Amino acid sequence: MNALELSLGPVFFNWPNEKLVEFYARMADESDFDRIYVGEVICGKRLPFSDKVWPEIIERLLGAGKEVVLSTMALPVTTRDRKSIAGLCEMDLKVEVNDINGLARRSGQPFVAGPFMNVYNEGAALALQKRGMETLCPPVELPLSSIEIIAKALPELTIELFAFGRLPLAVSGRCYHARAHKLHKDSCQFVCDQDPDGMDVTTLDNQQFLSANGIQTLSHSVQAVTLSPDELRAKGIGRLRLSPHSVDMIAVNKIYRDLVNGKIDGEEAQARLSELPLPGKLANGYLGGKPGHVWAAE
Amino acid sequence: MSENTLKSTQSLELVCPAGTPAAMKAAVEAGAHSVYCGFRNETNARNFPGLNFSERELNQGVKLARSKGTKVLVAVNTFARAGDVSLWTKAVDAVAASGAHAIIAADIAVLDYAATHHPDLRLHLSVQAAAATPEAINFYEETFNVQRVVLPRVMSVEEIERLNKEINVETEVFVFGGLCVMTEGRCALSSYATGKSPNLTGVCSPPGDVSYDDEGGNLHARLGGFTIDRFENGEAAGYPTLCKGRFNAQGSTSYLFEDPVSLNAAALLPRLKKAGVTALKIEGRQRGKAYISQVVKAFRAAVDALDEGRDAQQEVSAMLAAMTEGGRETTGAYKKIWR
Repeated sequence: MNALELSLGPVFFNWPNEKLVEFYARMADESDFDRIYVGEVICGKRLPFSDKVWPEIIERLLGAGKEVVLSTMALPVTTRDRKSIAGLCEMDLKVEVNDINGLARRSGQPFVAGPFMNVYNEGAALALQKRGMETLCPPVELPLSSIEIIAKALPELTIELFAFGRLPLAVSGRCYHARAHKLHKDSCQFVCDQDPDGMDVTTLDNQQFLSANGIQTLSHSVQAVTLSPDELRAKGIGRLRLSPHSVDMIAVNKIYRDLVNGKIDGEEAQARLSELPLPGKLANGYLGGKPGHVWAAE
Repeated sequence: MSENTLKSTQSLELVCPAGTPAAMKAAVEAGAHSVYCGFRNETNARNFPGLNFSERELNQGVKLARSKGTKVLVAVNTFARAGDVSLWTKAVDAVAASGAHAIIAADIAVLDYAATHHPDLRLHLSVQAAAATPEAINFYEETFNVQRVVLPRVMSVEEIERLNKEINVETEVFVFGGLCVMTEGRCALSSYATGKSPNLTGVCSPPGDVSYDDEGGNLHARLGGFTIDRFENGEAAGYPTLCKGRFNAQGSTSYLFEDPVSLNAAALLPRLKKAGVTALKIEGRQRGKAYISQVVKAFRAAVDALDEGRDAQQEVSAMLAAMTEGGRETTGAYKKIWR
């Protein structure tokens, strides 16, 4: 039986270049991720800044023997967004497609369909597999029962489950960071860099609810899949994706490695995750088709 | 004459909502060039009680519309549930059998089925597919022979104009009615609060998960237990659509995502026409026939005036003012300042 793999998803947040370089250097040296996704997926306005450090980061990760996948933008609109995707698709690395735009650029070469792609059923998955999809990270709201059906229908496909981190819920043409700071997107002053895990959005009753990251809206809670490796394999899951946050991602990496190796059970994984300074409470409701914010005991 | 010049000299096509057979009749009689509707099940993105068409009603509707020279577009525009894809493919078969002018779809599984099994059925790409770039749109054209794309409401008029120069297919844009602020087809906010969402079940902020709780003289409008807005005693309480609520962020309370406004791009029709847009879409399959009739008449007058080179701006806004009931309006992403 194949061991479950672990991947590190792309950073959604506007981290300064020094932080990105330092973060990935640590991932190169200390993590045991089987695969690391890099690149800006949320905002084209951040590209001119982070573009300067990606080559160095990629080289560092490749030098450490990591498999590197280039993630492309979730909502490309401008010429700059489109050029960025075209450029990444021409590089000699695997690409994660987060919009049909990227798929059009891949022309049959192997690709990963990221969680921003609308693959909700086996028919859509098959059509994309025929065009080169080798891994599918399903939309976060898709229940495990549906994921299992896709996995059974397409045994060659690797299913990568979004297993840790704030849930990417929506993207928009409008920038909510700018709006909250009474600015417009075109003159945003890059205020999203003030919130390395997203800007808290609470209800009028001060209940924690969502978090905003530029044009993206995420959950306030932190998704935590803590199923046993046997349960995960039975559902057809081949890899777990951990989404980067300010919390010590090496510690998160270790918890999940222990979980998929069967060293600890789900309860212990949950307990160890809860000890970390996470940006929100744990949630896993989507797995069972429940509201995404709830924690449902398995 | 270039493709785009040709596009911009043709008359704009008015595409109007038909939530029920009665609304379809109202839209047809009010001068709609096209009407759009869906089946009474999860295959369309307005899966609300009391709305939509049976196969028989669709067949009758197509007959009625055709007799008046109106085209019928049928939305099978949700994402098929894994294991139950046949419910969606049967809907595609039913559209083809009805003689409708086109099908509106978003799911790759549905597009693939329609293109393979009904190659003569005209395919429109739903806004739920959120295709905003020439690469994406050309992909849908080349792969599934999509002939029109309903553009996501994230683009400015300038961007739409540039886009139309780089694609062969027609574009359709929303001009009036409800406004999603999140990119359609890319939003799971509703399921995060309730377990149900447009992509999963064809609903957003569903009524079954709404509660109005009186607390200390204030009415709390909640969705899935989360307070979306709060109203003082005597204040008209709005419906808690998640993205139109008031929230706290950065130490202040605001309509963070969008004010409770609706879209009205009537004033932008000349610009949209110049940008090469083929069709104008009115949102509102949940609306009654009186509303449909009035809004369709207003936009038909606007389109006709544009064809005749007349300025009907004031006349049209007067006709629409009655329909928005003093509600606030926006031109949305068509003007870049919205972002």
